[in-house]
Amino acid sequence: MAGIDSDRFKMNRRSLVRGIGLGAVSLAGTGLLAACSGGSAGGSGGASGGSGGGGSLTFGSNASDPVPKKAYANFVSAFEKKSKDKVTTNVSDHNSFQDKITNYLQGSPDDAFTWFAGYRMQYLAKKGLAGDVSDVWSKVGSNYSDALKKASTGADGKQYFVPNYNYPWGFFYRKSFWQSNGWQVPGTFDELITLAKKMKAKGIIPIEFADKDAWPACGTFDYLDMRINGYQFHVDLCAHKQGWNTPQVKEVFDTWKEMLPYQDPNAAGLTWQEGAQKLGNKKAGMMLLGSFITQQFTDASVLNDIGFFPFPAVKVEGTDAVEAPIDGLMLSKKGAQNQAAKDMLAYMGTGAGQQAYYAVDKSNIMTAKDADTSGYSAFTKSLSDVIANAKSISQFFDRDALPAMAANVLEPAMLGFIKTGKIDLANIESQAKTLYAQQ
Amino acid sequence: MTTEFPISSARATKSPVRRGRLRQLTGRDRVVLGVMIGIPTLIQLVLVWIPTLASITLSFFKWDGLGLSGFHFNGLTNYNYVFNQAPQFWPAVLHNVVWLLFLAVIGTPLGLLLAVLLDSKIRGSRVYQTVFFLPVMLSLALIGIIWELMYSQNDGLINNVLGTAGTAGAVDWYGNSNVNLFAALVAATWRHAGYIMVLYLAGLKGVDPSIKEAASLDGANGRQTFFRIVFPSMAATNIIIVVITVIESLRAFDIVYVINHGGNGLELLSVLIVQYLVGETQVIGIGSAFAVVLLVISLVPIVIYLSRTFRTKE
Repeated sequence: MAGIDSDRFKMNRRSLVRGIGLGAVSLAGTGLLAACSGGSAGGSGGASGGSGGGGSLTFGSNASDPVPKKAYANFVSAFEKKSKDKVTTNVSDHNSFQDKITNYLQGSPDDAFTWFAGYRMQYLAKKGLAGDVSDVWSKVGSNYSDALKKASTGADGKQYFVPNYNYPWGFFYRKSFWQSNGWQVPGTFDELITLAKKMKAKGIIPIEFADKDAWPACGTFDYLDMRINGYQFHVDLCAHKQGWNTPQVKEVFDTWKEMLPYQDPNAAGLTWQEGAQKLGNKKAGMMLLGSFITQQFTDASVLNDIGFFPFPAVKVEGTDAVEAPIDGLMLSKKGAQNQAAKDMLAYMGTGAGQQAYYAVDKSNIMTAKDADTSGYSAFTKSLSDVIANAKSISQFFDRDALPAMAANVLEPAMLGFIKTGKIDLANIESQAKTLYAQQ
Repeated sequence: MTTEFPISSARATKSPVRRGRLRQLTGRDRVVLGVMIGIPTLIQLVLVWIPTLASITLSFFKWDGLGLSGFHFNGLTNYNYVFNQAPQFWPAVLHNVVWLLFLAVIGTPLGLLLAVLLDSKIRGSRVYQTVFFLPVMLSLALIGIIWELMYSQNDGLINNVLGTAGTAGAVDWYGNSNVNLFAALVAATWRHAGYIMVLYLAGLKGVDPSIKEAASLDGANGRQTFFRIVFPSMAATNIIIVVITVIESLRAFDIVYVINHGGNGLELLSVLIVQYLVGETQVIGIGSAFAVVLLVISLVPIVIYLSRTFRTKE
């Protein structure tokens, strides 16, 4: 699950077993982490004077899965070679890193650490736990699109985040299967429904949908909301500057109700991996998911047959907005005093730095403009074009909104909606009011 | 030796002699006693009372968990959220009650039945004991995973035996919110019954065989002997078992957390506490309010148990 969205893959059996084993390891890891970062304080003090080499920094990484772990190691060694700085990497288990992030940043954190764009970044910035990297942005800013800059900016207008990669959400399908049936990629919601009807008549599940882990439904919600009410409304809704008990949100769920009969009726009991298998076996026509879906297709002939199209236009802004969660690096308060740490973030903002990461972990899209994309497959290129052409990038509901709002309120409510077709927006609004007031 | 005199006087007038005894203690004894009482009290204070009182306090405040600056009195807002706004609360209470009833009506009697059967010296009793006790050695989290092999929609044993695996009629035992609570309860009972069995086996061993003999001499049949003589004579074991059953149903957590993080028909109070207190989804005030509700519920059986124990001691 590799650095992609593994934070949300709570329930597959593998990660569970791994999680049990990691309990002990992560306990030990925390001690180690504290020890390492304690030691670095002296090092970073020494480094703060000079900017070109000889400095040192510590780097807290949540990339505990093998591929991302190796990819970050490759990035770090490329940086060390270029800058002559010394980097000590402390890898923590992906999920526990997230769960402990506020304690970690209040204690003795590393100088630089891996994190996510969106509300999750803005929250840390607002609470004064993150280091301002606006000066890094003045160096690398021209290398990023405006949408990426927007996603890296805190509520106070300063930048706190440097993107590494992202990955788009959209519909995935088997090209040969569609060709043999004469199905065309739908450009509008009406075309999508018409196509879904045809597929249903053929006896397959038109839109594969797997929501056992409760978070995948956010993808459908986010896209419908952005396509019906626009990107800005969606962002404001996530930040609870817009209410839930409004005609706009009601329209989202009313539109969803039109689509619901064509989504997998067993969604509540399926993991996205199981859903992806149905897509691969041609039991389903298409599936809305992040591009990490391709990890499920180990058979090269299936993998090469996978196509992608963006969520069709519904009402406003066409397909301008794309959901593409961004992962990248941030600085702790202490790291902001360390020039070597800033240099490493600046290196992440270069094509060379991102290529060092991409060379190992190819399941994502590089974000720097000058990154060498000649190695992209045609499929990866189509993903990358969708992001490059997007006017706005959303981060996925659980990254754009208050985490408690996503996991404890909207996700269970959507699970109920999938089963019964009913949603109590007044209740969601009342919960949102209480939860956001607590922050 | 006239040691009887002070004792009988102690019975007559308790307090002066007690004080007298204290006076008899040397300084060193007092230090030792003080340490022996002080350390457990301190541990109790630090590990039980302070966190409990802190939770109760926090449940009336809102706090971002960062600094004291974010600490504000919040009145009953958190409790309003718990009782009126969180849609998972009442289902969670109901599920905890169902959990208790299921263990009390099916799990515990099943354990008793196993114990009685194995106590009657059938062949291979030891083997059966081992087999039934084995699940008790496993954590409930692991049991949830093991039962996945039975319950899985397309690969599980149950649906394959029923012949529904792979068809549209295959029941998703863990995923279908109409049945998953009972699927989890069957798995939990698998373990619970073994635990109860062992406790009752020990209890049965402690029953004086002569009273059974006396009963049979009086013409009691097997059933009468068990329900009128043997079972009541295990009063101490019975109370322990009642307490264990109640505790098991209140602290049920790990198995549903393993199945689907306690959502979609498996909501429990313990799950709600964890959801609101652990990790990024933390909302300390609300999580504490959930915890206080569970505390109040837990106090009921504890108070009943303690008052019973003290009464029997008197």
